[in-house]
Amino acid sequence: MYCNPPAGVTSVSDLLAARSQMGMSLAFHIIFAVVGIGMPVLMVVAESRWHRTGDAIYLDLAKRWAKGTAILFAVGAVSGTVLSFELGLLWPEFMRFGGAIVGMPFSLEGFAFFTEAIFLGVYLYGWDRIAVGAHIAAGTIVAISGAASAVFVVIANAWMNTPRGFEMLQGKPVNVDPIAAMMTPAAFPEVLHMVLAAYAATGFAVAGIHAFLLLREPGNAFHRRALAVALLVGAPAAIAQPFSGDISARYIARWQPAKLAAAEAQFATEKGAPLRVGGIPYETARETRYALEIPYGLSLLAFHDPNAEVKGLEAFPDSDWPPVAPVHFAFQIMVGLGTFMALVAIWALVTRWRKRQLAENRWLLRAIAIAAPMGFICIEAGWTVTEVGRQPWIVYEIVRTADAVTPMPGLVVPFVVFTILYFFLGAIVVWLLSRHVLGSPRVSDVEPEPLAGSGA
Amino acid sequence: MESLLTLPNVLAALTMVALNAYVLFGGADFGGGVWDLLASGERREQQRELVTHAIGPIWEANHVWLVLVVVLLFTCFPPVFADLSILLHIPLSLMLIGIVLRGSAFTFRSYGSEHDAEQRRWGRVFAIASLLTPVLLGMSIGAIASGGVGEALVLSRTPETAGFWRLWVVPWLTPFSVGIGVLALALFAFLAAVYLTVEADDEGLREDFRVRALWSALAVFVVAFAVLLIALATDTHVGSGLTRSAWAIPFHVATGVAALWTIWALWARRFRAARVAAAAQVTLILWGWVLGQYPYIIPPNETISAAAAPERTLNLTLWALALGAMVLFPSLAYLFRIFKGRPEAFERMR
Ligand code: HDD
Ligand code: HEM
Ligand code: HEM
Repeated sequence: MYCNPPAGVTSVSDLLAARSQMGMSLAFHIIFAVVGIGMPVLMVVAESRWHRTGDAIYLDLAKRWAKGTAILFAVGAVSGTVLSFELGLLWPEFMRFGGAIVGMPFSLEGFAFFTEAIFLGVYLYGWDRIAVGAHIAAGTIVAISGAASAVFVVIANAWMNTPRGFEMLQGKPVNVDPIAAMMTPAAFPEVLHMVLAAYAATGFAVAGIHAFLLLREPGNAFHRRALAVALLVGAPAAIAQPFSGDISARYIARWQPAKLAAAEAQFATEKGAPLRVGGIPYETARETRYALEIPYGLSLLAFHDPNAEVKGLEAFPDSDWPPVAPVHFAFQIMVGLGTFMALVAIWALVTRWRKRQLAENRWLLRAIAIAAPMGFICIEAGWTVTEVGRQPWIVYEIVRTADAVTPMPGLVVPFVVFTILYFFLGAIVVWLLSRHVLGSPRVSDVEPEPLAGSGA
Repeated sequence: MESLLTLPNVLAALTMVALNAYVLFGGADFGGGVWDLLASGERREQQRELVTHAIGPIWEANHVWLVLVVVLLFTCFPPVFADLSILLHIPLSLMLIGIVLRGSAFTFRSYGSEHDAEQRRWGRVFAIASLLTPVLLGMSIGAIASGGVGEALVLSRTPETAGFWRLWVVPWLTPFSVGIGVLALALFAFLAAVYLTVEADDEGLREDFRVRALWSALAVFVVAFAVLLIALATDTHVGSGLTRSAWAIPFHVATGVAALWTIWALWARRFRAARVAAAAQVTLILWGWVLGQYPYIIPPNETISAAAAPERTLNLTLWALALGAMVLFPSLAYLFRIFKGRPEAFERMR
């Protein structure tokens, strides 16, 4: 059934270019995808509040957010299409091996995209064409299907980390069971962590922007409401994130110990392993220097037992090591910034709970403004841990990345071309958003302007 | 001879149905871009506006059909997806650049800028990307249909002797595949013009697009004929299928009838009928290709049944498609009813 792949000799630099192109495309897409998951929730909350209270500022908020979302969603859709082709353009042998096993979640994702794109069209262009209730319902469907696409694509990624649903016979997969492949152990922790990440990141980014504008214009009712809605979505997710991260950490300790060892820069296998804060891993010397070590911390976190044995990188052959430094640094960044976000979220909720005005607390506003980009940084860092930490495997312990790459020569060319393209698009998106969406309306002129491009 | 109704055949057919939908809906959105580029006459700006209104709410949904084709291909026919991605790396990458630029430029134009100069610049990018992307899609299909990819696949087992040019460029840069590329462009522009006659709410605009539809019908005819001649002259795989099989004659007749019907309906200003006929014509051309190369999926060697994934995967995918369709079709109907319904229908809905 699986005919022989076309033979070819792929040079090291081609492999590097392919990995760079994949990583770059994913790192780009994930930003827009996350916005596509989070923003519909914010818009629906704002529009429902307008519907309930009659406060026109909420409607203006929903419309302004919708305008920004339309731009971001389009870039998300096209960059996602690029990715689905890149799975083959860059990793044909991975798809030849795994397509039949892991195609299922991708197919289901396809239908989630459909509902998302269809109801986003209805939502963005239908303000004057359908009743308010139907409009809010359309937004809700966008929110649900956005989360569903994330669930399915992350299940596909989870399969790469803990491949299930087949047996190997002479280097070929047999007895393929796509359902078992979807039930892979990595699926639950990854999906939970990713969906929460999307709400935390979008919530905090939006809250941060409005907090920053409130520092300049403290009385602006528009920004006050925006801040409240954004924190309502972002803060609970940010508080949940360290707990969900703990589930992820315990899962990799069990199923991908080399990844955990790289994330913690743990070279030796030891009982009662310490948790390292900072530190520089030296791969050749096999030790991590200049780290602040919290005794028993790692054993405690990874296994909930101070004396548990943690496998170090030494337990694995050198050829199976992921690059240690990037994984370690990325992990530190995620945990550090994630902790900061969770603390700020708790602070905001406590302020709210004590019936204080969020917008009156300038220190809190500053903290929220600083946290604005952190969710997105955490997401990039977290994916670096997951993807680079899985190396040298594309399908963990089954297929090596180097064996999956296309024989196409000269892969630096597409890498450079797509990088330039994405940088260009990214710059334009930032410019358009800052010019048209962030401009803060005065309380007096919040009467909603008609959305550009909306028909009727 | 094995039965036609095997699981691999059913899934291959459904993949083609998805491609068919992409051509009819997404293709017309590209065609709209072509008419944006070629807007002319005193109603130039209204023509552009009509295109923007017609595409705006639906292009992202239409675009997902392409994603579905890709996903079905790699789930149900993994080796085919792998081999096509390897050998068509260059045209597919170029097509992706076109897809990225088309979608984002369109959105930047509608949502981004109020300045005319800037709008025009994005409009240009949108229009040019709409022009090039269909050609590259058509060239890739032409490379498969002609057997060029299949032959390169054999050569690629000994890459040392094959060389870069013969492996990575020749399969898709033949007169036949370039011809198919131009044909795809003509078909998409034709579809868009016909659809726009229905969507125009102004007599003058409707006439503009009627004339455009008639001219592009002629262009389709000329290009299709040229491609057929090339196919016969260079003895491509699909060429022999299209001329020698038992079903070939009735099929050509049906396509011809659909083409004449479209032209008649346009002539008689029966625009709704023209829309149905044009869609039928394009669909028949697409399935002519499919039948022309059956039972091969990458002619001349790889068959549908040999490339298919294990039965369990195919079965589950079929279920997923059935389930998905139950969600998809009502949603699509709702979308099109809101944005493509008759104007009176809007009034009633408000
Ligand atoms: C807002 C974003 C965000 C925040 C605040 C955090 N993470 Fe995270 N993390 C992600 C966003 C993220 C992610 C980008 O979404 C990843 C990549 C893969 C995944 O499932 O989630 C991830 C992966 C990831 C992994 C690797 C899982 C794997 O390889 O499958 C671990 C062990 C953690 N995280 C642990 C944590 C801990 C202990 C945090 C404590 C504060 C934390 N994360 C905060
Ligand atoms: C969206 C967030 C993601 C980011 C930022 C990301 C990042 C990366 C990076 C940096 C690489 C290169 C690894 C290296 O060179 O060491 C990579 C590789 C890859 N990723 Fe991801 N990834 C993400 C999600 C996913 C998902 C959801 C999938 C699965 C379906 C996936 C599939 C792949 C594949 C196939 C490769 C190439 C093989 C490899 O190097 O392991 N990624 N990704
Ligand atoms: C963890 C990583 C990922 C998440 C959370 C994610 C999520 C999403 C979401 C929510 C969308 C909707 C569009 C938007 O909001 O911009 C989207 C679009 C898309 N994604 Fe991803 N995605 C991820 C990675 C991938 C990968 C690895 C692929 C390819 C294999 C992919 C393929 C696509 C495609 C094709 C679209 C376009 C759908 C459309 O046309 O509407 N995504 N993604």
